Amino acid sequence: MKIVSRFQPPPKTGATAEFEYEGASITAPQGISLAAALLAHSGAYTRQTAGGDARAAFCMMGVCFECLVEVDGLPNTQACMTEVRQGMVVRRQIGLRRLNGCNDS
Amino acid sequence: MNRTNPEIPVVGGGVVGLSVALGLLLAGRRVHVLDGADNDARASQGNFGLVWGQGKGWNYAPYAKWTSDALAAWPAFARKLVDLSGIDVALNQSGGFEFFTDAAEMEEFAAMLAQQQRHLGNRFSDEIISGDDLRAQMPGIGGGVVGASFSQMDGHVNPLRFLRALRVAVGAAGGRVTMDAPVARVAPATGGGFDLAMANGQIARAEKVVLCAGLGATALAADLGFSARVAPQRGELLITEKLHDRLPFLSSTIRQVDEGGVQTGGTKADAGLDDSETLDVMAGLARHAVTVYPPLADVRVVRAWGALRVMSPDGYPVYAHSSLYPGAYLVTCHSGVTLAPLHASVLADWIEGTSAAPDLEAFDENRFAISTAA
Amino acid sequence: MSAAITAADGGLRVLLLDEQAQPGGQIYRNVGARLATHSWLGKDYASGLRLLDALAQSGVTVQSGATVWRVDSGPRVVWSQNGISQVTTASHILLASGAQERPVPFPGWTLPGVMTAGAAQILMKTAGMLPKDAVLAGSGPLLYLVAAQMIDAGCPPKALVETQTPRMMLRAFPHLPKALLSAGTLLKGLRLIGKIRAAGVRRYKGASSFAATSDDSGMINFSFRSKGRLENLTCAVLLTHQGVILSTHMSRAAGITHEWNAAQVAFQPSCDIWGATDRPGLHVAGDGAGIGGAEAACAAGTLAALDILRASGHISANTRNQRAATARATLFRTRAIRPFLDAAYAPPAEILSPPDQTIICRCEDVTARAIRQGMSEGAAGHRQIKSSLRAGMGPCQGRMCDSTVRGILSAGNTSRMGDIAPPRARTPIKPITFGEMAALTTHSEDTA
Repeated sequence: MKIVSRFQPPPKTGATAEFEYEGASITAPQGISLAAALLAHSGAYTRQTAGGDARAAFCMMGVCFECLVEVDGLPNTQACMTEVRQGMVVRRQIGLRRLNGCNDS
Repeated sequence: MNRTNPEIPVVGGGVVGLSVALGLLLAGRRVHVLDGADNDARASQGNFGLVWGQGKGWNYAPYAKWTSDALAAWPAFARKLVDLSGIDVALNQSGGFEFFTDAAEMEEFAAMLAQQQRHLGNRFSDEIISGDDLRAQMPGIGGGVVGASFSQMDGHVNPLRFLRALRVAVGAAGGRVTMDAPVARVAPATGGGFDLAMANGQIARAEKVVLCAGLGATALAADLGFSARVAPQRGELLITEKLHDRLPFLSSTIRQVDEGGVQTGGTKADAGLDDSETLDVMAGLARHAVTVYPPLADVRVVRAWGALRVMSPDGYPVYAHSSLYPGAYLVTCHSGVTLAPLHASVLADWIEGTSAAPDLEAFDENRFAISTAA
Repeated sequence: MSAAITAADGGLRVLLLDEQAQPGGQIYRNVGARLATHSWLGKDYASGLRLLDALAQSGVTVQSGATVWRVDSGPRVVWSQNGISQVTTASHILLASGAQERPVPFPGWTLPGVMTAGAAQILMKTAGMLPKDAVLAGSGPLLYLVAAQMIDAGCPPKALVETQTPRMMLRAFPHLPKALLSAGTLLKGLRLIGKIRAAGVRRYKGASSFAATSDDSGMINFSFRSKGRLENLTCAVLLTHQGVILSTHMSRAAGITHEWNAAQVAFQPSCDIWGATDRPGLHVAGDGAGIGGAEAACAAGTLAALDILRASGHISANTRNQRAATARATLFRTRAIRPFLDAAYAPPAEILSPPDQTIICRCEDVTARAIRQGMSEGAAGHRQIKSSLRAGMGPCQGRMCDSTVRGILSAGNTSRMGDIAPPRARTPIKPITFGEMAALTTHSEDTA
């Protein structure tokens, strides 16, 4: 089930950046954090713990590490400490991270 | 007090103390483990978890054999721990590598292994593998690796879960463990036995006492006529975020904990009791990791730490009983994880003086007196 | 910012390392962007612009997005920016590592949709985003401030659920005369509460037994007890807050001695009135040296900078003392209200030592039950809990669980918490890749 955003959308003024998240295209104001953009997009989880628990951004200031996502292939990236960038490809962090160049399992 | 089976205090609640306590309990003795303060130097909380034989005792046959016995005893010991504690220590003994980036160093190590082989005969085998063969076998190994030695008996456990399993197992076997109970002094009592002065002022009387307090044992041991002096040797380690994928190898300097984090370590420094992590060594460990296995480059280090090894003058264990005050025993070693299966079994026979006691004369502290005299 | 400006004005070369994308800290977060939506964040927030302008004119070298991950004696600082780490040596280093919200653990606090009140405020400041259909729960000035800001933005919270009890207010009462020294702050607080009342926001007081669950649509069902009744609220966002605690990873990892602040139920670095610590060359200031808010942090920054100017021979001790008068008065005044606030908004025992099923360490999924089990096996300190259960070993390095582990170890009894030594903080204080650490280069720079 789609979970609608828990926030009112950010004001649409100024330049925007378009990026991909789980196959969807998202447009967000430039300069906001990726975590903010993801919260504006949906109220659903953005990472799953190794045990399968759903989590999403919590502290927004780089302390809690709950907003971890995969950004352009780099796993466990703090979305709240990353600004949205045009063309970035973002995926949920599902379970423990993969070792890049190690796709055999 | 139970006169026929008096409680034996074991001073030190780390891997060594708990293993020895477990052995005494399984031999039917009653045991009280006295552990130190939370912030004491604790090699058991900072180690690498290796169950390792490669290179050990190449220059000292008794140690090579003792280590080899321990490696063989590990699988049954790990099962016993699960039975007693319900905790799986994740023993993995599928063989370990020693990687080299310097050909001369590798040759030197190969010669040491050859000598170890002579001590152990068919109980030990190793293989020297060239860098290219390694890379063919394990894609991802870095171009800077000139080769590695490999020994089938080597392995590792989860060191922190191992410590907890020992503590729970000692409790399950009927032993008492008191944490945060530092022993300030052990004094021989008139008429035999010992008085343990606790840091909190209490005095406990005991017929026997076993000192397993690592670096903390030195001061206590001197009062009981022991002469061995162990010294701290700092090792620094790094641990990363957890990985879903398994590393294709275990080495003495890079290993993956069963939970997923990658640990690097193996450095040595004399820094007294300072267990800080230092920037240069951290950078060196990181360079080693990405040289041996470049896919680790984007893996994040979450923590670095220093831990103090407990080193005797020659690096081998010390198993000594006090000739001045019978009933006092000193057990101290660096490889507390590897040797644990023996500490938790036949060492009890040695302490009890049964007919099954192993010959540990080679590990008595008198070897230091002899070498000093010579 | 305040310290950097004072030090640069005094003739020092200053390097300012800030983890965020723009200077301002959390209080003045993103103030420089001058977003139109900022009007409802209030005058206090906008006043941060003055500092920002002064910083721009000060000649201070500002490195934003710079994460300090190690502070060494020497002193030197190791910092990461865009995936590259550098070492900078200096004769003096000032740590102004700020504060974080006290973790508010209860069953369900890990669900998407449960966030901190501070997080919501950061979203307002940085993205102009307002929470829809939100419930605010907990206690403390920030809770009222966020509620008032939401009201001004035309998006009032659905309810305010306050853990504060009349007894806590009673305990705070003796501190009121001293608090009157910061009457301005008190009045501001009263105005906030008046605004919430006027907006007709439903308030529940003396709330306890927090628990949250969520349904398929993602909505949060928040249950709690208030005045003896079990209450249930459904909301899209549950924002919790229980005051702030100092961020001490950097100062602990730097080897500075810390002391227990009983009123604030937190450890803080030991320092003199100038922020000088027991580590040579290291000063602390701001919320990272003792919670006091923006005005106090500015004053403390000025004092530390003056002391550094004295220590580096730019001014005499006399000049330092004279120039410090205003800042010292400000510090005295702003701190006067703390005992009142600390007593009135003290964290309740159930937050410090939550029920068994609560996840305490979010990184490693360690529950309160597991920690109590570890205690029954004999663990009596942070280190034993950490080493036997992995609580605090994940990427946040204990920032989300240390304070609760301490609470559970002392069974929620605040008077015993100070006896539990804070856990050792090791470097890197934020995760750094092997590759970045391996490529570490040292370059020396003579800065303050």
